[in-house]
Amino acid sequence: MAIELEHYLILGALLFSIGLYMALAKRNFVGVLMGIEMMFNAVNLTFIAFSRFPRFADMTDAERLSGHVFVIFVITVAAAEAAVALALAMLVYRNRETIDVDRMDLLKW
Amino acid sequence: MPFLAKWYDLRDLGNAVGAFLDWIRDLGGPDWIPYVVSGLIGIVAILLWLLVSQLAFIWIERRVIGRMQARIGPNRVGPWGLLQPIADALKLLLKEAITNRYADKPLFWLGPVLIFIPALVVFAVIPFGEGMSLADLNVGVLFVIAITSINSIAIFISGWASNNKFALLGSMRAIAMLISYELVQAFALLGVVIFAGSMRLGDIVAWQSEFNTWMFLLQPLALVAFLIASAVEINRSPMDISEAESEIVAGYHTEYSGIKFGFFYAAEYFAGFAVSAIVVTLFLGGWTAFGLERWVPGWLIFLSKLYLVFFLFIWTRGTLPRLRIDQLMAFSWKFLLELLFIHILVVGAEVLIWHEGDYPAVVVLPIFAVINWTLAVALVVGWATFMGHLRPERRAKRAVLTQELGATYFRPAGGHGTGPMGEA
Amino acid sequence: MEDTGSIVAFWLLAALTLGSALAVVLIRDLIRAVVLLITSFLGVAGLYITLSADFVAVVQVLIYVGAISVLMLFAIMLTPRAGRNNAETFFRIPGILLAGLMAFTISLVSLDTDWAVVERGGFEETASAIGEALLDKYVLPFELAAVLLLVAMLGAILLVHPEGTDEE
Repeated sequence: MAIELEHYLILGALLFSIGLYMALAKRNFVGVLMGIEMMFNAVNLTFIAFSRFPRFADMTDAERLSGHVFVIFVITVAAAEAAVALALAMLVYRNRETIDVDRMDLLKW
Repeated sequence: MPFLAKWYDLRDLGNAVGAFLDWIRDLGGPDWIPYVVSGLIGIVAILLWLLVSQLAFIWIERRVIGRMQARIGPNRVGPWGLLQPIADALKLLLKEAITNRYADKPLFWLGPVLIFIPALVVFAVIPFGEGMSLADLNVGVLFVIAITSINSIAIFISGWASNNKFALLGSMRAIAMLISYELVQAFALLGVVIFAGSMRLGDIVAWQSEFNTWMFLLQPLALVAFLIASAVEINRSPMDISEAESEIVAGYHTEYSGIKFGFFYAAEYFAGFAVSAIVVTLFLGGWTAFGLERWVPGWLIFLSKLYLVFFLFIWTRGTLPRLRIDQLMAFSWKFLLELLFIHILVVGAEVLIWHEGDYPAVVVLPIFAVINWTLAVALVVGWATFMGHLRPERRAKRAVLTQELGATYFRPAGGHGTGPMGEA
Repeated sequence: MEDTGSIVAFWLLAALTLGSALAVVLIRDLIRAVVLLITSFLGVAGLYITLSADFVAVVQVLIYVGAISVLMLFAIMLTPRAGRNNAETFFRIPGILLAGLMAFTISLVSLDTDWAVVERGGFEETASAIGEALLDKYVLPFELAAVLLLVAMLGAILLVHPEGTDEE
């Protein structure tokens, strides 16, 4: 059975859902962050898949590679986001001695 | 190769492999078999070569270091102690591999396995001779940097899983160090890539051969920075603060014994060979040597250069004392990186001038070489003078305590000297 | 992609990626979870290679495996009293429902749509083309990304810098 675009899309969907579940339901901040990174990965995978399986026959290679360029930007932003998020986690830990997201509930009162 | 490209032509071992593959192809069978077989041949050959070189260099290193430190070195097992590495290997194999009771067992086991990956996989892209590389990727240089970054994960895992404070300290040091020097490595290689216009290692060798030059003649600063960063990468003295025996027992592999320790020991040598191979390929012309490759097999030239570079690492180990961690980090962030930024800027400008003006290489390259050498010397001397790196820090930070204890304390001549951290 | 090699590679890498991603969810120890996450990232890098995106694959290994995972490990290690439990909150059931729904919807849509794919084959090489695109068509986002990285780095340093420890 040949590998088609749909294979990659479904794989990306599954990976995205796993990441979504982690981001929604994990207690530890780093767990949430792992979920977010996993979602980034899933989206990147679909980008690359679409650039490998284009829809139009008259697309030049440079146009097809726009997907790759976008992935590069996503990875860049993910790196920046991870750095800032983990710095925030450190800050929260310093004040509350925990990085569990369900215990950051000061605004409730 | 101009003539005699038969299997017995030893100048290119690829001929023999090619003949063998043709023979297999003639036997019939699915068309993927030749690929698998050629991959396996390459892997086995590289592993065998690495093991033999490692055994040889354990002996050479111990003898050379012994001579440098005015002692004899191994001399009991076999003539001149030649069989010492084999005895060592047997000892490591037969010793009990203890696993600490509170260790995280799966990760403890994973550490020594993972540490082999970067050291071995790097050899896949190294061209040992003309066409003699397992996979000449077109992103070869980036691949090398990416793969060596797995090193830090392996070291962290082994340090963490040991559940030992010295191991954890060692792995913290190692990661801080590896991350700082990864940048230096990447920037040093960036200059080479800009000049050669390709990230394929084979193309970079071909570029050096085409213009009859070696890259280090054009970019001395990049070579020096890369050598220092590689010494950090492979944890050798004077940069081996992550396993400094006199400070933290053995760093991240404190808890490992027997063959697991042997894995770390072997991986260190493999990584050393890998780094030397990269230096040779990118800076020292790879398997070419100004036309000598027409008479001598290319892989022989490559290997002899590689062994010379590895000898350089042994030499530095025997010569220099170990650095302190803050010195090492400051050296990366406050000295090497800045110099490399300027270096990249100049190299980029040079390539731009060269390609825009369409000048002949014979005229341009010597000028560039002169400019870059002058720049390298001026930058190192200037930066060291003005940023206070010229004079090594002569006294400890907390000299007061020494005074309180009644010891004599000398203020350095000429008033206040500034150390690398900027304190007076 | 119909040759045996790519098919085998796809299924193996897909199993590696999804399997380790699931293990990240199920496992309780955070450090082990990060190690498995690294495996998942490596699997995705392999999938990029099957899609002939060599440059992106190498960048994935360099940044996700070499940088972001190390950041996570550091964050776990520098918060020692926070507990290394990777358990779920009470959002577990809604999370499963939502994630399942998401997976189901996207899969259904991607199966149901006629993608009208034109088979064009892989790329010869991507690195130089991506480089040209980054410095030509996408030069403004490229510069912005550089500024973003600088700002993020400075922000991270400023956030975790303990107050009152400036030597100068």
